[in-house]
Amino acid sequence: MSDATPLLQARDLRVHYPVRSAGWFGKPVLARAVDGVSLELARGETLGLVGESGSGKTTLGRAVLRRTPLTSGSLHFKGEDITHAGRAQLRDLRRHMQLVFQDPSTSLNPRHTVFDAIAEPLIVHGWSDGRDALRRRVGELIAQVGLPADSAERYPHAFSGGQRQRVGIARALAIRPDLIVADEPVSALDVSVRAQIINLFQDLQQELGLSFLLIAHDLAVVRHVSHRIAIMYAGQVVETGARDDIYERPLHPYTRGLLAAVPEPERGHTKAAYTVATGEPPSPMSPPSGCRYHPRCPLAAERCRLAAPPLETRASGHAVACWFAQPIPATP
Amino acid sequence: MNSTPLLSVRDLSVEFLTRHGTVKAVDAVSFDLYAGETLALVGESGSGKSACALALMGLTTLPGRVAGGQVRFDGQDLLAAPPRVLEDLRGNRIAMVFQDPMSALNPLLTIGTQMDEVLVRHTPLTAAQRRARIVELLAQVGIPKPAERLDRLPHEFSGGQRQRILIAMALACDPQILIADEPTTALDVTIQAQILELLAQLKQRLGLAMLLVTHDLGVVAKVADRVAVMYAGRLVELSDADALYAAPAHPYTAGLLRATPRLTDTRRRMIAIDGVPPDLRHRTRHCDFAPRCPGADAACAERPALQDVGQGRVAACVRPFTPVWTQVS
Repeated sequence: MSDATPLLQARDLRVHYPVRSAGWFGKPVLARAVDGVSLELARGETLGLVGESGSGKTTLGRAVLRRTPLTSGSLHFKGEDITHAGRAQLRDLRRHMQLVFQDPSTSLNPRHTVFDAIAEPLIVHGWSDGRDALRRRVGELIAQVGLPADSAERYPHAFSGGQRQRVGIARALAIRPDLIVADEPVSALDVSVRAQIINLFQDLQQELGLSFLLIAHDLAVVRHVSHRIAIMYAGQVVETGARDDIYERPLHPYTRGLLAAVPEPERGHTKAAYTVATGEPPSPMSPPSGCRYHPRCPLAAERCRLAAPPLETRASGHAVACWFAQPIPATP
Repeated sequence: MNSTPLLSVRDLSVEFLTRHGTVKAVDAVSFDLYAGETLALVGESGSGKSACALALMGLTTLPGRVAGGQVRFDGQDLLAAPPRVLEDLRGNRIAMVFQDPMSALNPLLTIGTQMDEVLVRHTPLTAAQRRARIVELLAQVGIPKPAERLDRLPHEFSGGQRQRILIAMALACDPQILIADEPTTALDVTIQAQILELLAQLKQRLGLAMLLVTHDLGVVAKVADRVAVMYAGRLVELSDADALYAAPAHPYTAGLLRATPRLTDTRRRMIAIDGVPPDLRHRTRHCDFAPRCPGADAACAERPALQDVGQGRVAACVRPFTPVWTQVS
């Protein structure tokens, strides 16, 4: 495998699942949680995946880890097709890709010490170097994520939310993965602690060459760490590009709406370059016709109701799915 | 601004009884709320901001209890008032909106029925008048086709619409005060922006006084006239909002402000406040923020009281306005 091969490559991924519609005798309908998403992640890269609730970002995160059944599409990891990987192959794959959850307090067993929590993935994946080496490895991980040295024998309740998230990260790092999917890893944490965790991701990436798929519901948190950003809406990627393209030259009206919605901690901040999106995201059971954003879009025209715009590359690495996407000069 | 406050809180203390002894979650907090203003009560988890808001309304439940203080409203002390008086005030002259709109609504009753209950309890209106009022209220908070939709159940509305419905319900009896505890925290960012816009409009139109409890200085910047910052159960700064954003007096306020993400910030590192808030079970004599404050020294060994720092602002710091964060990366 050459260095140019992406670590992770998803092509036209779909995840549809049946849900019962309203009422006890409602007919099952399909929820199109992920509906034709392609993305790539290079080694040592962080991709920020941003969308509101119901956008399918969490399902996509689980799908690339093969933790949810794929309806169609293909998935390659280190150049190898893992779309149809069986049980044994998946078990091996999990060594290389790990998940960090949103809520550190519910993802840790309250009866297990920090040592138990961090050692568990090592043991599950066949640790064979004995108890002393296991202690040393857990000690290393504890130091690596910035927890106090005496953490090993303590229980999760003795830690703050930020420290528990560090335990979750140490657990994910234990088996030296190449890819970490972090699903809203800081949204349950206090503002003053969020930055500690985000910066830790950056340090770990530099030290270990990890790739991150960082899932978030707003654009403020991912800016600092992401190399590239993908914006999801109603199961599809509507815009993707290098970090600065997305923040400084956003093309999709939805991206602009998301940027305008971030409440900046500044007074008299009325000179917003874009307007906040009106309306609400659609249900994954009944996405709108044509462009799925058209009911909320200030630019929507007849064409948008009839046909879905393809995700087209406009500039180097900057792709957008909009019939009317025009660069707007950002107001200073 | 009117010189007589609508609501006046003095030395409010709330304790929680735990296995490890009594924890003072709110310690001698005082502030005033004036007619027509929005006061933001800001703090992170464990700061005591929500415990404070609940105590105002007599909604402290075990293992918590109000340990002292006064809450004066309309000539009486709410903390000493009989439950009957508080029930008459709640939902009537003082209304509340909570973080999670789904758990605040009864899933088995239509929204019309739930709103009607409030009007039956507090107004002499007839059934037809109440229905008209409900339609008017729902229209006011931006629910489309309210007359057709008031017979629907809560789950038939989106999260953002449910929060609008709760706001409509809170406004049902023309309250003088709206207490909103993290009203947008559970919502998506685009919906949050819409709800903040709605709250700002309602405040303009109805002249409501609002106590907004939140952890987010971005949200505060959008709607607050004045800001009270809490840390470890105590008030550390109380200030006019413009003055606070221009120059925070307390190092904690300053630290929180620089840790709040901005889109305009292109640095590769995010800014944190190192360390964790103190363990409230083990109170010390020193300034609560000293262990995390880059500017702390021997003078901080004795916890400072709130002091006047000019422009009608107060802060609990021996050296207010010191740029303690400049030497930190």
